[in-house]
Amino acid sequence: MTRTALSALLSHWRRNPIQLFTLLAGLALATALWSGVQAVNAEARASYDAAANTVSEAAFDQLVMADGGPIPQATYVSLRRGGWLVSPVIEGSVGDTRLVGIDPLTASGGIGPVDLQGRADIGAFLSTRGQVFGTEEALAPFAQVAVDPVIRPEVAPGVAYTDIGVAQRILGRAGEVDLLVVALVQPIRQADLAILAPDLIRRPAQAGSDVAQLTDSFHLNLTAFGLLSFAVGIFIVNGAIGLAFEQRRPVVRTLRALGMPLGRLMILIGAELMAMALVAGIIGVAMGYVIAAALLPGVAATLNGLYGADVAGTLQLRPSWWLSGMAIALGGTAIAAAGALWQLARMPLLAAAQPRAMAMAAGRRAQVQGGLAIGLLGLAAILAFNADGLIAGFAFLGSLLVGGALALPLILSNVLAFGAARSHSVLGQWFWADTRQQLPGLSLALMALLLAMAANVGVSTMVSSFRLTFVGFLDQRLASELYVTTNDAIQTQQLIDRITPEVDVILPIQSSQVPIGDYPTEVFGSRDHATYRDNWTFVQALADPWDQVAAGEAILINEQLFRRAGLALGDVVDVSGTSLTIAGIYGDYGNPIGQAVISEDLFAGLYPQIRPNRFGLRIPQGRVDPVRRILTDEVGIPAGNIINQAGIKAFSMDVFDRTFVVTTALNVLTLAVAGFAILMSLLTLATMRIPQLAPAWAVGVTRRQLGWLEVARAILLAALTAVVALPLGLLLAWALLAVVNVAAFGWALPMHLFPTDYARLGLFALVAAAIAALWPAIRLARTPPADLLKVFSNER
Amino acid sequence: MSVNNRIMVCLVVCLIAGQTAAQGFAGLGMDAEGFAIPQPDPTFDFPTDHGPHPDYRIEWWYLTANMTGPDGTDYGLQWTLFRSALAPQAGEGWSAPQLWLGHAAVTTPTDHYVTERIARGGIGQAGAVPDPFSAWIDDWALTGDWQTLSMTATGPDFGYDVDLTAQGPLIFHGDGGYSVKSASGQASYYYSQPFFALDGTLSLQDGDIPVTGQAWLDREWSSQPLSADQTGWDWFSLSFDDGSKMMGFLLRQTDGASYSSATWITPEGQTTAYPNGAFAADPLETSATSGATVPTTWRVQLPDRGVDVTVSAINTDAWMTTSVPYWEGPVRVTGSHAGRGYLEMTGYE
Repeated sequence: MTRTALSALLSHWRRNPIQLFTLLAGLALATALWSGVQAVNAEARASYDAAANTVSEAAFDQLVMADGGPIPQATYVSLRRGGWLVSPVIEGSVGDTRLVGIDPLTASGGIGPVDLQGRADIGAFLSTRGQVFGTEEALAPFAQVAVDPVIRPEVAPGVAYTDIGVAQRILGRAGEVDLLVVALVQPIRQADLAILAPDLIRRPAQAGSDVAQLTDSFHLNLTAFGLLSFAVGIFIVNGAIGLAFEQRRPVVRTLRALGMPLGRLMILIGAELMAMALVAGIIGVAMGYVIAAALLPGVAATLNGLYGADVAGTLQLRPSWWLSGMAIALGGTAIAAAGALWQLARMPLLAAAQPRAMAMAAGRRAQVQGGLAIGLLGLAAILAFNADGLIAGFAFLGSLLVGGALALPLILSNVLAFGAARSHSVLGQWFWADTRQQLPGLSLALMALLLAMAANVGVSTMVSSFRLTFVGFLDQRLASELYVTTNDAIQTQQLIDRITPEVDVILPIQSSQVPIGDYPTEVFGSRDHATYRDNWTFVQALADPWDQVAAGEAILINEQLFRRAGLALGDVVDVSGTSLTIAGIYGDYGNPIGQAVISEDLFAGLYPQIRPNRFGLRIPQGRVDPVRRILTDEVGIPAGNIINQAGIKAFSMDVFDRTFVVTTALNVLTLAVAGFAILMSLLTLATMRIPQLAPAWAVGVTRRQLGWLEVARAILLAALTAVVALPLGLLLAWALLAVVNVAAFGWALPMHLFPTDYARLGLFALVAAAIAALWPAIRLARTPPADLLKVFSNER
Repeated sequence: MSVNNRIMVCLVVCLIAGQTAAQGFAGLGMDAEGFAIPQPDPTFDFPTDHGPHPDYRIEWWYLTANMTGPDGTDYGLQWTLFRSALAPQAGEGWSAPQLWLGHAAVTTPTDHYVTERIARGGIGQAGAVPDPFSAWIDDWALTGDWQTLSMTATGPDFGYDVDLTAQGPLIFHGDGGYSVKSASGQASYYYSQPFFALDGTLSLQDGDIPVTGQAWLDREWSSQPLSADQTGWDWFSLSFDDGSKMMGFLLRQTDGASYSSATWITPEGQTTAYPNGAFAADPLETSATSGATVPTTWRVQLPDRGVDVTVSAINTDAWMTTSVPYWEGPVRVTGSHAGRGYLEMTGYE
């Protein structure tokens, strides 16, 4: 019996291979999309980690020689023996690569190559010959050096790491180190540093350069969109399963009438679906792999992260990755099938097979659905203004999405009714009415299209906004071509004397920790220069903020201080006894504390004891390398004290460009999936629609006209869906940037709009819908008149 | 002393070195490539043998102490310096193949403070010299002429400075200092100074505490002391109130059996070595610690000396959160003999 029943059930798929294909393809694509977004995430994470390493290298306090010279190795040993947990670092250049020598036995976790503490063979690292870690480009200059290269794509570009002993040998500097990194946790007692090593000065860790929060925010948003992509796929699967169930009602009825117990039937159908989910899941994970391999240039790094490539470089699919992909496929199928199975369970034994039951039931369902949509959107509206936690933020996101999708048929139906009322020609009225009548059968596909477009609008807005913000932030913070740190006043003077003729301007960077409105704040004294005027963007600002700051009357504060202290633009704050007006509020991403900017002169008056030892150098195009050489060779500044912002910026842009390639590809893919769903729905509906088209044909509308009307209808529905999708997508992006992000990190990412992107997207959606409608339309145009005539002879 | 733990610690260093990576724990029993191997009937030469033996793969200076504060509170401390050679040679500079690892701990009835250091010997950051004797890593040091020694260590939340005065002779375990560790003959050189009187200061977060007590210093070196089927180690150093002392250990095997060894020490320092089987230790109670669940109350017997005692941990959570975790802490002894001592347990998962 079971076997017979199974073969009866499976015969449906044999007779409807396209439906089987839709189901499998929808599920596989959903899983692949999910995998693909995970791939982007992993890629971005690896790259940002490397970027963050480059930017925040000075996250620990450091000890350096007061005169900027090398530290004798003996000083390191006597510090250790005095109870100071410090770790030696030596730096130098090999070709264009900055070679950094570290001691892995004493290094704090946060310095050095990303994974040295983990998997690396430290024995080989410590050996006499040694190993050097870096990207392929960074290791190129080591071809002629007696050391074993180890390519690690996650190491920041232009830097190579090796053991300190090996570095001393390569650099020809035996017995010397450049700086000592001070561990965060020190023993309960230590010898006095001033007695132990009077020549050393302690350079505090540089705060505020940590981009980790910014990247965490990016990952959170991308993950949310990964789920969204999956939701699109689930809608498609839901549609396919719903159709299959509908069409198999006669089979089910017959089987049950023959004595098949309902429970066993349900189990059979459930098993059938799970088997399909397994197949589709495997295909989906494999497609995710292909997407990752095809789209990401840093394949080694990414696949390493995603699929757990082993040390030798052969690929292994990581079990957890498979599991998450399969869980998503199985869970998605279960969600999509739950409703259909529920209906099946409640179906009366001898309920008539109703070819149009779906459309009929849809009428009743539409009311429930409409009520649900209004409820969810209402909830979303309440949450939008009151959500103050991560969970509430995601609840907002979820209710907005589902509510928007459920509301779509209702909105379309009303628009179409409105169109019908305004139409005066007979054909026109028939067109509107017929479109509306067709809506229930297409609504799932249209919802998928809606979610796909909303997701695309959201992804584009989010990624582009993030890019603008991040690049703006880097421009603002790293506007100068080179950043230099001097060790003392003498070296500062040498720097100014020697470098002034070589550069456009030297911008001192000086700060003092003072409370503003009871909040600890780092106040910077900034020189009035175009570098700042041109590059800094404000969240809010009065007119001419820099003029007011330069006049010593105003202050600029960061968003964190603004939010935490509840300040407003134009407020007057007290800074070390001076009253200043807030002239501008700037974004300061990833900085945990308050920050403010005042003029250089005012700063010097308020804090005369502070002498700047960090400088930004504005250098004409092409002069950066010569100036860098002068700094190291003539002024004697160690290479590690010079940061080349162009390198960091180019690296970040490269990361973004890679991310863009992948998100664009995913966008196209999502749209293709939605278009595919429309195609499948139209094909399924086509046969059912003959009875509705036949009268139109009978009264004189040609088949060709009917075909064109089909295409026009699909485009109309897609256009209407696009109109709904745009605000939904923008709301999504806003929810992520301004609600979820604030809940998670305490600052909002500014949202930028990209109308041309949206227009292009809308066009794509119309094209996708038109292409999807083309084949059914052609088939319709070629329907033999005999088939149309049969409608009138076959009384149904 | 706690060979197993020390071996495991050294194993980690070896693993780090990538030399025995593929061999795992069993690698300890295998041929020592190029390293010297302990031979029976050793002749020791002091003070030279107080210093390092770079021809042997592993070596340690291992001190434990039972102490009492002014209010009668019991304390325990540990000071350990391990040497692990990547190759059988000394040398200077960063690439010299001698690595050093330090463990220090203070145990109170309620807390257990642990810290660890690791360094290379070739640059002078860690090492040992016999005459005048000194063993050190960073600011930790054990210095003196073995009649008196001073010892110091610091961690993020504790430190100590103590003076040790020998009140008895050196003790040689096994056959005149040749200590067999398995039925198949793996062995080490092993001697102790269990007669140190201790006087010093513990620095804890609440302030300094003057302490007095007794300490036990172990010296051991080898190149392949364990056999492949040995999984863990329970080691006891007990000082009885009548002045006699006992060192005993069980090396647990994969088949459930164990290999035991013990040394009985009279108050005058005369020793009797007991072969496998004479010494017995059976768990009575286990405790969940910050790491594994381990036996913290034992029945310990040496029938030949009429010893049948209960050994219980002063602080059951004396878990060493070092790169190779293990349990090491002070114990109280009751039963046929009363006293105190130290217990070390390794290989518990």
